[in-house]
Amino acid sequence: MHELAITVIGPDRTGIVADVAEALAGVGANLTDSTMTRLRGHFTMTLICNGPSLAEAEAALAPLADVVSEVRSVAPEADKKDSGDPYVVSVHGADRLGIVSAVTRVVAAGGGNITDLSTRLTGTLYVLIAEVDLPVGAADELAEQLAVAAAELGVEVTLRRAESEML
Amino acid sequence: MTSPIAWDGPEGKVLPVVTAPATVLSTVGDEVDPADPAIVQLAADLVATMRVSPGCVGLAAPQVGIGAQIFAVDVTGHPKAATTHGAFVLCNAKIIEASRWKAGREGCMSVPDLTGDVKRAGRIVVAATLPGRGEEVTITTDAFEARALQHEIDHCAGKLFLDRVAGAHAIYQRKVYL
Repeated sequence: MHELAITVIGPDRTGIVADVAEALAGVGANLTDSTMTRLRGHFTMTLICNGPSLAEAEAALAPLADVVSEVRSVAPEADKKDSGDPYVVSVHGADRLGIVSAVTRVVAAGGGNITDLSTRLTGTLYVLIAEVDLPVGAADELAEQLAVAAAELGVEVTLRRAESEML
Repeated sequence: MTSPIAWDGPEGKVLPVVTAPATVLSTVGDEVDPADPAIVQLAADLVATMRVSPGCVGLAAPQVGIGAQIFAVDVTGHPKAATTHGAFVLCNAKIIEASRWKAGREGCMSVPDLTGDVKRAGRIVVAATLPGRGEEVTITTDAFEARALQHEIDHCAGKLFLDRVAGAHAIYQRKVYL
């Protein structure tokens, strides 16, 4: 069975999620993983769902006049069990071109797999927070490389272990 | 030195651990009679099940499918622990003081694939009853043992860490398997 990958973006308003979810539920779409957030006043939704055909999902979303949506059929992917150690990268500093590009390139070069990332620009302050799955033992070297990149960009960076305690 | 509240009851048997969305995990547990032999046996079973589960520092009755206010805890040797009371079992536990709130990421055997950021008190006072003897105790603890007690007391009240996560972006796919 195919899964559908759906993105919906529109000006933020009360009820936008309810409208989209109701339209999809109406054609039998089962939402599995999703992330929905407000980005500079645009409410953005990225969802994986299964159930309806691509055409049915598109038709269900079409009447929502104030959003732009895109429906794609994707092959199901198994959830990968990350094998490394979980870390969080925090970057903040004066906004400039290329912060995300430079930081994520360093992370990738160090073997780090980004599993979640958010950025915010507020005034002139730029903030990036990323969850990274790092190969065991790679953290010290990556921290050094990130420090070099951060110095070139003129931003602050920290790499810390995302410890979780099992209870 | 052995802690005065340490578990010294009979050997228990290992019980299967239930996982969400089992209804029992979201049901307020019944108060128990600490002198009831069935409760003493359950206390022993919770300790036995906790001991065979890798990395497990606490286990509450709802996690073995029983809606009752009883749980076992043992954070001995944990790097984040400060005050420790060894392995112990508490019945009908209530938090009577809580302070030094601090966020931390925690997971649960009953929600095996997720972790979440949850604020917990770093210092607590708990009133409870010991199984068997029925002795009323007041326990003051901190750091990791305090977090573990709050997590287990939540289980007894039908709450999971998911009910307390700090925000929409505060749950994570669990990455480290013990």
